Amino acid sequence: MSAFPNTSTVQTQSVPTWRQKDAKPFVQIEQITKQFGQFTAVNSVSLDIYRNELFCLLGGSGSGKSTLLRMLAGFEEPTSGRILIDGVDMTGIPPWERPVNMMFQSYALFPHLSVEANVAFGLKREGLKSAEVNKRVAEILGMVQLGHLAKRKPHMLSGGQRQRVALARSLVKRPKLLLLDEPLGALDKKLREETQFELMRLQDELGITFIVVTHDQEEAMTLATRIGVMNNGDIVQTAEPHEVYEYPQNRFVAEFIGNVNLFDGTVMDEERDSTTIRSSDIDGLLKVDHGISGAPNQNVSVAIRPEKIRISREPIDLAVNATTGVISDVAYMGSQSIFKVRLNSGKEIRITQPNVSREMGNRLTWEDRVFLSWGADSCVVLVA
Amino acid sequence: MKQGSSVALKVMAGAGFVFLYAPIIALIVYSFNESKLVTVWGGWSLKWYVELFRNEQIMSAAWVSLKIAFISATLASVLGTLAGFVLSRMRKFAGKAMLTGWVTAPLVMPEVITGLSLLLLFVSLENMFGWPAGRGVTTIVIAHTTFCLAYVAVVVQSRLASLDETLEEAAMDLGAKPISLFFLITLPLIAPAIISGWLLSFTLSLDDLVIASFVSGPGNSTLPMVIFSKVRLGVTPEVNALATLMIVTVSIAVIAAIVIMHRQNRFKDTNK
Amino acid sequence: MLSKLRLGRMAVILVPMLWLAAFFFIPFLVVFKISLAEAMIAVPPYSPLLQWDSSNAYLTFKVTFGNYLYLFESRFYLDAYLSSLKIAAISTFFALLIGFPIAYLIARSRPTMRTILLALVILPFWTSFLLRVYAWMALLKKNGLVNDFLLATGIIDQPIQILQTDFAVYLGIVYTYLPFMILPLYTTLEKMDLNLLDAAQDLGAKPYQSFFLVTLPLAKPGIIAGCLLVFIPAVGEYVIPALLGGSDTLMIGRVLWDEFFLNRDWPLASAVAVVMLIVLVGPIMFMRNSNKEAE
Repeated sequence: MSAFPNTSTVQTQSVPTWRQKDAKPFVQIEQITKQFGQFTAVNSVSLDIYRNELFCLLGGSGSGKSTLLRMLAGFEEPTSGRILIDGVDMTGIPPWERPVNMMFQSYALFPHLSVEANVAFGLKREGLKSAEVNKRVAEILGMVQLGHLAKRKPHMLSGGQRQRVALARSLVKRPKLLLLDEPLGALDKKLREETQFELMRLQDELGITFIVVTHDQEEAMTLATRIGVMNNGDIVQTAEPHEVYEYPQNRFVAEFIGNVNLFDGTVMDEERDSTTIRSSDIDGLLKVDHGISGAPNQNVSVAIRPEKIRISREPIDLAVNATTGVISDVAYMGSQSIFKVRLNSGKEIRITQPNVSREMGNRLTWEDRVFLSWGADSCVVLVA
Repeated sequence: MKQGSSVALKVMAGAGFVFLYAPIIALIVYSFNESKLVTVWGGWSLKWYVELFRNEQIMSAAWVSLKIAFISATLASVLGTLAGFVLSRMRKFAGKAMLTGWVTAPLVMPEVITGLSLLLLFVSLENMFGWPAGRGVTTIVIAHTTFCLAYVAVVVQSRLASLDETLEEAAMDLGAKPISLFFLITLPLIAPAIISGWLLSFTLSLDDLVIASFVSGPGNSTLPMVIFSKVRLGVTPEVNALATLMIVTVSIAVIAAIVIMHRQNRFKDTNK
Repeated sequence: MLSKLRLGRMAVILVPMLWLAAFFFIPFLVVFKISLAEAMIAVPPYSPLLQWDSSNAYLTFKVTFGNYLYLFESRFYLDAYLSSLKIAAISTFFALLIGFPIAYLIARSRPTMRTILLALVILPFWTSFLLRVYAWMALLKKNGLVNDFLLATGIIDQPIQILQTDFAVYLGIVYTYLPFMILPLYTTLEKMDLNLLDAAQDLGAKPYQSFFLVTLPLAKPGIIAGCLLVFIPAVGEYVIPALLGGSDTLMIGRVLWDEFFLNRDWPLASAVAVVMLIVLVGPIMFMRNSNKEAE
């Protein structure tokens, strides 16, 4: 079904675990379903996550991502299916016995306890000696640079500091798996960026497996080793960040992540490494450099990212992957400009161009007739 | 236009406050009246306060009432906290709707009905099982605990509802079992609600006339019962003195509580 | 582990549940049972429903609806119910009329002022109900302050009878239950977004129009809650008619009390209670449902 190409270009020296055929997954989610009354929040999701991954569950509100996270933590029991962590079936194991810690979106710092006592809370539940508790609390507070605020109560901290206390509190028990619910959601933009790198550094240092829930695609793109995109209780694609962007598997992913132009068409000709599609949207032919599995004459969509379309006033003489239209809107964004072009078919598409030159005089503008073209390697055929 | 309506509003509301406080202030002033004729001003005096403390009937009834109020408020706080917790934290269970009804209904149930029904229960129980043997402090405590429980439950429930549930989840996630979770996290956070529930129960129990009249036995008169039997026959200066003492005590306590809570709130708000 | 958890959970649910079942719910069944008995001179003063005659091995089960029939046949009880409902309804209306401006003013005050005013409303709520009713006795007496004031201002030239009238009962109910009206009203008014009023005025509504078209509909939950909190207990009120009302002030709570304490007719008092409960079940259920909606 999928129009998934060979992605050998991103290979580094060592092959990531999730691409090794015989690797043993660390977290196995097996056909998990969660229903609240009539409503199905998570619909038969299966997912393997490997040791040392920083896996992002990405989706809009109501996509089921938080419910999935809460089932991992043990706050919700799945309606059916099971979860294994490090080979152990978690069914029926209450949250306080799971080798999992969670960092809450609201941070959930205990307001009546000091920073120190908040962090020590989990260690004390393990029955550790107080000397050991103190040592580990001091150590982790040092790591998140909060040693000097140990005696403060949570309400006396700034948002960023609270976030670091929450992180320290969830890390101090050295869980095998750390769950993070919108970890950066409440921070302002600058702090977010700093914290993103901080999280990645900690994850690298401590070797803990992270599962992060977020609705923010940029966050997922920056942080994740892999992204699972969720919609309506299903995981609609699991892949590395660049794959999710460049090779979306279906319309939902293509439209959810970044901007995309979609052309509807019919398959004319299909070979192993190329497909030709007739599309009335561009009034011409589209040629894509990969084959698709499926019947000829079937209806498909072709996705092209706005930045991958060349735009020019000069006519182009190309038989495929080209069309023409009139600029209907221009937005100057500083580093780049966005053009909306109305094609002859009436369809409006979006094109972004870097503003390479400072000169304004010869810019493309409203009502210009323009000619558009793109490479066969820029298109993805979406069947679903 | 806007200005005019707000002046009218202030006048109306001001009249409302005068209505609320005039009787109380008159009562306090007349408690210092020298004259036995309550309505004739005979100069300032503390005479009726002295009389009050010499009145053994009132003093012993006050002691009985304080004892009952203390025990009832404590029992009601424990049971009411449990009920409030069950209602706001436990998922659906058989009988939850019924429990909700049993908790809200006593708040508005006319006291004559509550009193009569409890008395008839006690009488039937005594007939069948020989317990409770006669009526007195025990039966009053049970009755007061029952209706105060509802108040505590409502206060605790609304506090729990406003409490971020993820705090409790976080504690579980960090390894706290239900019992330590309750005592280390939930209880400290709802403590203010339980304390105000206790105080409310204490004052309600101290104030109850109707229910106590039904379920008390001979020789176990509570303070409101004694006051009622006195004032039924007319205004008496000793009761004025007693009322003043009670009102002043309660006012100081309430004002102190409000000042403390106000400070805490301000504290919280600045740190949001 | 889980079963231990479930046991603990069950215990937590059962403790308050059993207490309320035993001392709140079952007593109503007992009242109902006794309302079907006959009064007699005995200890306790009513006939048993079930009687075991051991010599003949007869189990007799005797129920009488006589008490209920008596309630409906005698004008006196019907009048008492109607008069209670009337007094409660009128008092509730006046409590709303007086309470609304106060609640509105508090909700629109600055934070510090708001705390002070709110404290002034809550304070009487914490002080003794009985003593607050008593306070009015001194004011309303023939030679009390109210008469003194009216005489001094020349509104009247003879002291008038205020105490021991229906008017004093209305006054007492409005006065003692006023905090119950103000607090829920305040809670809803305080939550209201003031921009809505600006929006209404911006769209051309005059202040009184925006009050009737925006404020009042939004305050509806508070109005309903406040009215029920005053109305329901007022129907069964005993202390206020007993201290402030006249001998002809008919209220069903007082009738029940007298039936029980003076006439020692327990079955009839029970029947009075059962009918009162049936009358009040509607409003009580209504209150519960509107509570649920608010949640």
